Amino acid sequence: MTENQDFLKRLLTLPGLSGFEDPVRKVIAEEWQTLVDELKVSPLGSLHGLKRGYGPEPRPRVLLAAHMDAIGLMVTSIQEGLLRVTAIGGVDPRILPGTPVTVHGRRDLPAWVAAPPDHLLPPSQAGKPVSLEYLLVDTGLSAQEVAELVRVGDLVSFNTQPVELSGGVIAGHSLDKGASVAAVTECLRTLQQMKPGWDVWTVATVQEEITMAGALTSPFDLRPQIAIVVDVTFAKGPGASDYRAFEMDKGPMLGVGPNIHPAIFQSFKTLAEELDLPCAVEPMPAHSGTDAFGIQVVAEGIPCMVLGIPLRYMHTPVEAVMLKDIRRTGWLMAQFIARMEMNFMEKVRMEDAE
Amino acid sequence: MSTHNTHAFELPVIGAEQIALLEKLSNAVGISGDEGEVRKIVLDEIKGLVDQIIVDSLGNVLAICNGEGPDPLRVMLAAHMDEVGFMLVEEDAPGLYAFAVVGGVDLRHLPGKMVQAGKQHLPGVIGAKPIHLQEKDENGRAIPLTSLRIDIGPGGKGKLKPGDRAAFATAFQQVGPSIIGKALDDRLGVATLIEILKRRPRQLTLQVAFTVQEEVGLRGARVAGYALNPDIAIILDSTPSYDLPVWDGEENIRYNTRIGCGPAIYTVDGATINDPRLIKFLAQIAERHGIPFQFRQPGGGGTDAGAIHKTRGGVPSVSISVPGRYQHTAAQITRTDDWTHTLQLVYAALHGLDRSVLAAER
Amino acid sequence: MKALIKKFVEAAGPSGFENAVRDLVKAEIAPYVDRIEVDALGSLIAWKGSRQPGGKRVMISAHLDEIGVIATHVDQNGFVRFTPLGAVRPHTCLGGRVIFQNGTRGVIGSERLEDLARTPGFEQMFIDVGAASREDCPVRTGDAGSFDRDFVALSENRLAAKAMDDRIGVAVQVEVIRQLKASPNELVFVFSTQEEVMLRGATTAAYAVDPEIGISIDVTVSGDTPRGIKMETALGKGPAIKVRDAGMISDPRLVRHMCAAAERLGIPVQLEILEGGTTDARAIQTTRAGVPAGCVSIPCRYIHSPSEVLDYQDVINSVKLLVELLGHPIDLQ
Repeated sequence: MTENQDFLKRLLTLPGLSGFEDPVRKVIAEEWQTLVDELKVSPLGSLHGLKRGYGPEPRPRVLLAAHMDAIGLMVTSIQEGLLRVTAIGGVDPRILPGTPVTVHGRRDLPAWVAAPPDHLLPPSQAGKPVSLEYLLVDTGLSAQEVAELVRVGDLVSFNTQPVELSGGVIAGHSLDKGASVAAVTECLRTLQQMKPGWDVWTVATVQEEITMAGALTSPFDLRPQIAIVVDVTFAKGPGASDYRAFEMDKGPMLGVGPNIHPAIFQSFKTLAEELDLPCAVEPMPAHSGTDAFGIQVVAEGIPCMVLGIPLRYMHTPVEAVMLKDIRRTGWLMAQFIARMEMNFMEKVRMEDAE
Repeated sequence: MSTHNTHAFELPVIGAEQIALLEKLSNAVGISGDEGEVRKIVLDEIKGLVDQIIVDSLGNVLAICNGEGPDPLRVMLAAHMDEVGFMLVEEDAPGLYAFAVVGGVDLRHLPGKMVQAGKQHLPGVIGAKPIHLQEKDENGRAIPLTSLRIDIGPGGKGKLKPGDRAAFATAFQQVGPSIIGKALDDRLGVATLIEILKRRPRQLTLQVAFTVQEEVGLRGARVAGYALNPDIAIILDSTPSYDLPVWDGEENIRYNTRIGCGPAIYTVDGATINDPRLIKFLAQIAERHGIPFQFRQPGGGGTDAGAIHKTRGGVPSVSISVPGRYQHTAAQITRTDDWTHTLQLVYAALHGLDRSVLAAER
Repeated sequence: MKALIKKFVEAAGPSGFENAVRDLVKAEIAPYVDRIEVDALGSLIAWKGSRQPGGKRVMISAHLDEIGVIATHVDQNGFVRFTPLGAVRPHTCLGGRVIFQNGTRGVIGSERLEDLARTPGFEQMFIDVGAASREDCPVRTGDAGSFDRDFVALSENRLAAKAMDDRIGVAVQVEVIRQLKASPNELVFVFSTQEEVMLRGATTAAYAVDPEIGISIDVTVSGDTPRGIKMETALGKGPAIKVRDAGMISDPRLVRHMCAAAERLGIPVQLEILEGGTTDARAIQTTRAGVPAGCVSIPCRYIHSPSEVLDYQDVINSVKLLVELLGHPIDLQ
């Protein structure tokens, strides 16, 4: 895992906002280069890696999806050298005041999010968390320098450096994407020592946080027989205590619900029990909130499974995840893929789950 | 319009056999994403009636009947198998389960209802705080989902697990001119399609889709429409009748449909602008055969057509619903005659349908 | 081009009922394109040219439809109740006029308002078509109508009309078709239907066309009115190149390519970040295996009101920009 840990830390220092995933895609491509047989980039920028199976051709295909985009901000206007911003993805404006960010202008500029005092805001805002439209980003530069270096449409990403907390927990911004990509990478590494029959397509999708454009499009050409989607889910912690949150160190969570094929869920559950992994079942009554929502309805339909890695403080710059949960998620996927027989699809017909 | 003699057949009627089929379908449980029980009934009923059956990766049943003659028109018929209901999410005391709602259910309809939970259909109840223990003003507020539980009794400890589904427990019945049951939205459509398959028109290739997950976003229909790639789609559903008195005695102008007035043909809903050519065709067929019909009031809501008409390069589509009161609650009430006329309209339309209906540009 | 704009904006074509506008467009472009088709949802698709070395198949889309109304009920006294087609703003309705597809005109009234400070909902409004009873009323449930308002030039460059959204895009696209003499690209011009009700026409057209690049032409909000929406766009400062809207992030490579084209031409452009709404480009972007997509927007005030105002020079410059873009290879870097 240390190899993977370094990779994860590197991911956490990179910008890669939805729709602008280039920087993070380059690093993932570098990492996957040695682990797959082929690498491609989709028209929308999703990264597709193919690790050929050992079964006879034509081989069936399993798609592993993790999204690589992160939430962040975008400059909407410049006023007296200060920047007004809008959100890309679901940003809670309450965590922004005082947060260090990077403005990706003509060059990267360190900056901080500033909240004006109440008396400079509309009376309706008094005493309330300052809403995004009134927050400012201050680069510390003069108005003239800002005018030269920053334009409307420039991106602003979080600039917190990853940190290790006690007990094998890593914290930082955009762990949301980082943890899932790291789990898929861990799976690829594990598969190097195995001889799976199936072709494995690993896909780092774009724009999950906004339109799921990557999930809706990448499977169209790849046409996998099955897709396994890895994403983060809520870990129990401050503010997250009901049934939607799960213990750290108990990952991955196995999703169940309309986005998930019941027989594939059952196969995963059986395997996890066999392997003595402490996987909890995560009820997803309607929309799973993951790429599976998009992938499942591509073309004639693609059976999906969702694995969740428990994560605290989702969509803040201090998301926290336990490395063990990432490792186990990757390992479980690899074990599953290695055991998939060439006729696996015949064994997971809808009827069998009932 | 059509070269077929439209008077050369008798219109089908609803009899004891059809009612028995609907009863079986209504009493079965098939919450969105878990339609297996209904699927089993459908597969059983259509076996031998069609040329090909596919169960796809979402669980849709796609049944194909090949048409006679060269290049027959491909007509997709769709009705959804799923119903609104509940998913258990956590057992927080023995036999007491917290649950989430699947599909559009008004929470004010939940307290005090009987339910059936899990594959075993275990009897359960959704209770409410006794009126004696309520705080002042508490009865002015709807009871939030977070304080409702499905209770199967303390002996039910561990008998169900998170992810299991539950449904209203209402037994189907026939009362005078009406049929009453849960999930008539859209088991009425499912039953209608099965009846159509029993007497199908030979000149068309029928692509019948019994879809899943309509109530959670038309998801089954989307992939079914893509897979079948039809020339035309007709969607059968059930739509609300809000034809009740208005509190101030004024004319009810927002009834959506009225029971007893025949099948509701859609014009514009929240998901589809139905193809004007098909609307006109259906109205003409109904008039020719003396079948009563109504137009559903334009407005929100939608059917599987919302997904189907947008697949691939686009599919001319129209929806027809059996009207019914109190949908998405424990019991829907529908007039048997409305169902009869719906079946007749679909039957007559299919026998009169050919390519000429699409001759003009939309 | 003003005569063309006037002709298009004064035609009636609420979402789902675009035939009249489609026929006008067809007549204008027929001599300039290789092939025309009307698809299942009523979109007009016109092919022009073939792919030369370095060229791509490019889909360009402007929508035919406008927001409107549809009758839901005729009451016993002949008043027509209605619901909107697309995002009509209730506060723009009272006292306005509509014209139904069968030519019937009507005025919008409302039930007595308890509180004048609150905008009534559509369920409180009705259309008075001059009928005295249900039997007497020429409108039936399901009849669609559009707002009834003439085109007017407020000044030399500022034009006002209903349905500038998106007949201005339609006019720009028609003008581009006429002016483009040669292109290495296979150009597929789509005049889409049902954009105002979730981009439905562009969704199916994009699938059928299967393009390598997608560009929509539509209006965007202008931030230059008193205490208006905070936005950097303004009338007269050139076409707006969309960076993002509420439904899509434009392909950044295409944005750069468009900016470079404008720079070559020496025409002004603005960058657009729109917080609400989206365009046909979103539908193109997510079709099939994905398509790099962007949008050329014409800034417009009072969008979705019966008097939408824009600047004629922005329109002219949008035509120039698109002719330049489409006339050359589009290499995304």
